[in-house]
Amino acid sequence: MALSVRYWGTRGSIPTPTPDMARYGGNTSCVELTLSDGSQMILDAGTGIRGVGLAATGQTTPVHVLLTHLHLDHIQGLMFFAPLFAPGRDVRIYGPPALGAPLLNRLGRYISAPLAPVEIHELPAEVTFEEASDGGWDVGPARVQAAFVNHRGPTLGYRITDGDATVAYLPDHEPALGQRLDGASGEWISGHGLAKDADLLIHDAQYSDSEYSQHVGWGHSGIADTIAFARLTGARRLALFHHDPLHDDAALDALGEEAAAAAGDQFEEIALAREQQTATLAT
Amino acid sequence: MTQAVELILARNLLSAVELAAFIIDTDGTVVFFNDSAGALIGRRFEEVGPLDQEQWSSEFGPFDEFGQLMPTDSLPLSVALREGLPANGRFSVRLEEGDLVPVEVSALPLVTANGFQGAIVVFWRAAE
Repeated sequence: MALSVRYWGTRGSIPTPTPDMARYGGNTSCVELTLSDGSQMILDAGTGIRGVGLAATGQTTPVHVLLTHLHLDHIQGLMFFAPLFAPGRDVRIYGPPALGAPLLNRLGRYISAPLAPVEIHELPAEVTFEEASDGGWDVGPARVQAAFVNHRGPTLGYRITDGDATVAYLPDHEPALGQRLDGASGEWISGHGLAKDADLLIHDAQYSDSEYSQHVGWGHSGIADTIAFARLTGARRLALFHHDPLHDDAALDALGEEAAAAAGDQFEEIALAREQQTATLAT
Repeated sequence: MTQAVELILARNLLSAVELAAFIIDTDGTVVFFNDSAGALIGRRFEEVGPLDQEQWSSEFGPFDEFGQLMPTDSLPLSVALREGLPANGRFSVRLEEGDLVPVEVSALPLVTANGFQGAIVVFWRAAE
């Protein structure tokens, strides 16, 4: 029995469909989890989700889509996600609560004229929109927990536990904003509870450390802070995620080497996530 | 347990400002006060740590003008926080050496889509 992970989009901010970005991938955030009972869960709906939908053509099982937040690089693919256009298909979309409007209405600002050719109420699938609750919920054999984390606008991180395997997903996260992580207690670090002792932590690492100094407060992390956060949470494996659109493959190779050198043997594995890469966790 | 992200951000902000301030959580526990608040009451947060409402009251107040401990749940401040509205008040706190000092207090409740997450409370010495 296993929980498997496939990266369909690892890029942050905007798609980068150019040859020099192809190895790490140009699609924006999307990660597919296949739970131990075969249930499908999709983390974020960046442009990568288009591939998930095309690969699952003909399936009829429920699809669970967990959105961390509604920035365009995390929802842009929804309009091109085939299950939403399959009549009667059970698609459950979860996202952050926010003051002022329910999730349906906020997503409807994108899936509506003039930005889209269809209205959100016209989607042929049986779509439900649920705001993530504090207490968590079950999807098949997995327990999902969500909590707000430090990013611009209402943004969730997720913790998914299936048997003995735990994946933490915090693709847009700046836990070091306004504080030094070293010396801070976990209680006072954004996202700490979600990531604690995770078998796999998928975490924002958009910037090199020198770039981060120019982007403090933008809601993303530099490599050193990501490594510090992962170490403080006790994560076993660290996947660096949400690659900057200005970083081509060569730049990401260099960043990966820098991260591996800085991390030493603190983790069982540290690597930059690549599109179509898979990982398997025993449950 | 990780604190609500609003409280974490508030703590990071208050750590960097000169205005004396503390943070209470949904239970009314003082989960942080900054160095300026510490300077006013004569104790640093690192020495004191989190204090529930009862501990805070017995250590620091609030006291009325006659030096009598005021019931915190009846303070306009507490009532307003429960209702999710900003509030102002005036009472006295006890310094480390035992003196009572009148302070003005303003509370800013942190109400989010998930409800009341706590409050930022700022205070300063009141004019005699």
